[in-house]
Amino acid sequence: MTEKNNGVLVVVEIIESQPIDLGLEMLALARRLTDSMGGTVTAVAFGSGLETTGDILTAHGADQVLINDNAIFADFHAEAWLPDLSKIITEVEPAIVLIGHSESGTDLAPRLAFRLDVDVATGCESIEIINGRPHMTRSCFGGLAREVVTFAKTPALATIRSKTQEALEPMMERVADVKTVTSILDVDSIRTRVINREREQATGAKLESAKIVIGGGLGLGGPEGFKTLNEFAELVDGAVGASRAACDLDWCPRSYQIGLSGRTVAPELYLAVGISGASHHMAGCGNSKTIVSINSDPNAEIFKSSRFGMVGNSQEIMPALVEEIKKLKA
Amino acid sequence: MKIVVCVKQIQNPEIPPAQFRIDEEAKVLIPVSGLLPVLSPFDEQAVEAALRIRDRAGENSDIEITVLTIAAKGARGVIKSALALGADNAVLLSEPTFDGSGGYVTARNLAETIRAIGNVDLILTGRQAADGDAGVVGLGIAEILDIPAITFARDVQINDGVVTVQRVLQDGIETVEADLPALVTISNELGKVRHASMRETMRAAKKPVKEWMPEDIGLDATQVGSSATRYNLERLYIPVNDIECEFIGGNTPAEIAANFAKHMRETNLI
Repeated sequence: MTEKNNGVLVVVEIIESQPIDLGLEMLALARRLTDSMGGTVTAVAFGSGLETTGDILTAHGADQVLINDNAIFADFHAEAWLPDLSKIITEVEPAIVLIGHSESGTDLAPRLAFRLDVDVATGCESIEIINGRPHMTRSCFGGLAREVVTFAKTPALATIRSKTQEALEPMMERVADVKTVTSILDVDSIRTRVINREREQATGAKLESAKIVIGGGLGLGGPEGFKTLNEFAELVDGAVGASRAACDLDWCPRSYQIGLSGRTVAPELYLAVGISGASHHMAGCGNSKTIVSINSDPNAEIFKSSRFGMVGNSQEIMPALVEEIKKLKA
Repeated sequence: MKIVVCVKQIQNPEIPPAQFRIDEEAKVLIPVSGLLPVLSPFDEQAVEAALRIRDRAGENSDIEITVLTIAAKGARGVIKSALALGADNAVLLSEPTFDGSGGYVTARNLAETIRAIGNVDLILTGRQAADGDAGVVGLGIAEILDIPAITFARDVQINDGVVTVQRVLQDGIETVEADLPALVTISNELGKVRHASMRETMRAAKKPVKEWMPEDIGLDATQVGSSATRYNLERLYIPVNDIECEFIGGNTPAEIAANFAKHMRETNLI
């Protein structure tokens, strides 16, 4: 097998003309990987209105930035991304391609792997170079286990979980080669048609960036429980999330879901309220700095991952906690 | 109209974590003894999505639902339960070395089997298997067969050769359509699945199940199982958790809350 190693290529997701945090986190990972195996860091951004993107990605660690700025890329659409992205990867010949394990990345990466006839490790938490080969660690069995995989073919594709890497401090004096991509997309090749798109105004990106996240589960007893969580969140400038079980019962918007098939958060404090601690939920909050939980069952699984625990009825403790915080802030 | 639902048999993912064990040496799951394997939950919802399409089409529709799985011999339990839910027939690609062959090989083998079934209009899969959690195979099948794919569906409808999907976004829903043939992956938001009725369970035993060997569909030994695999499992382990939980004291909810609020203040969280 002949393989060139032109380092790491990072697909940076753009939302409303801004790179998302996960994209910057992956640039830091790419820098660390190229430090260990050589090669350069190429950042690729598809979107619309990307005038400042090149500078931002350079400051966060890219050596080369490829910009595909076109109104058609304003919203993610896998079939529109694939022709240009496949071509770019074939030309750059990176050893590793990093894609965010996000709503769009999980839709894009497997397609891209098959189109390039290479393999993909989804939901990775870390990548290490051992004997020159990328070893990718990912969660499996609903978060209960981890596996480390290597691939025979190059490039290795990996989707990276949010908040598993720390973005670099931006260095505005860094210099990179910023180029514009000439798109080869033939719009007639797009076979899936988006008829309508409705996004909730709710939490937006706040869940991922909040220093304090409060997660609600079945122990809240019903949708009313989320009112107290929201009140608490407002007091401490936090954001509210939920377990899949609570979302499936429509106690809260679906966008609140934290876990394997939902969002990944890693705040300073994750307060788990009435959440049992199923592994697929922990897969979305396990990297939080401190987990504190409230549960009526002293043997609840969640306490095994918690630094602090409160045993009791969350429907009594939460309102009391809101009152206490109000007093302290007064 | 032909719908194929790809399903996987796995160990019940709802077991208590304390019972979940790994043989790190052999890099395999140690099955919990006495526990019956189940349909991967997202796949079960894919079967439900197919049944809902047929229900909407009415009694006299020409919709035929085929359940497809790859497994070593003896994996008929998972097929039986899908047939008992209401699928019409099943295809089992019998492949003794299948376990651990990875998403690439699985997608290739399923795509070849779907080609062999022939004239398939709609392929449904779960968004990911609840053991590997990869979410690769469905999209891989669509790429190999060169048909459009729509992921993370909570609702799937068929009208005049077009599939219309309510697709789950992180913070919303989008409606996406594609001409058939197409592939759709089903997400948990599809909701509750039906229970097998006594009548369907009785009928299931008589429904046709085709068992194919790889050579029956033109796959040779280099295209199946571990010999075709392009990935290497270096390690499989259960992460160590060395967190010691400190319980916040207090005789009443108010006392507990007050003690925790004090702690938050001391650690500068508020």
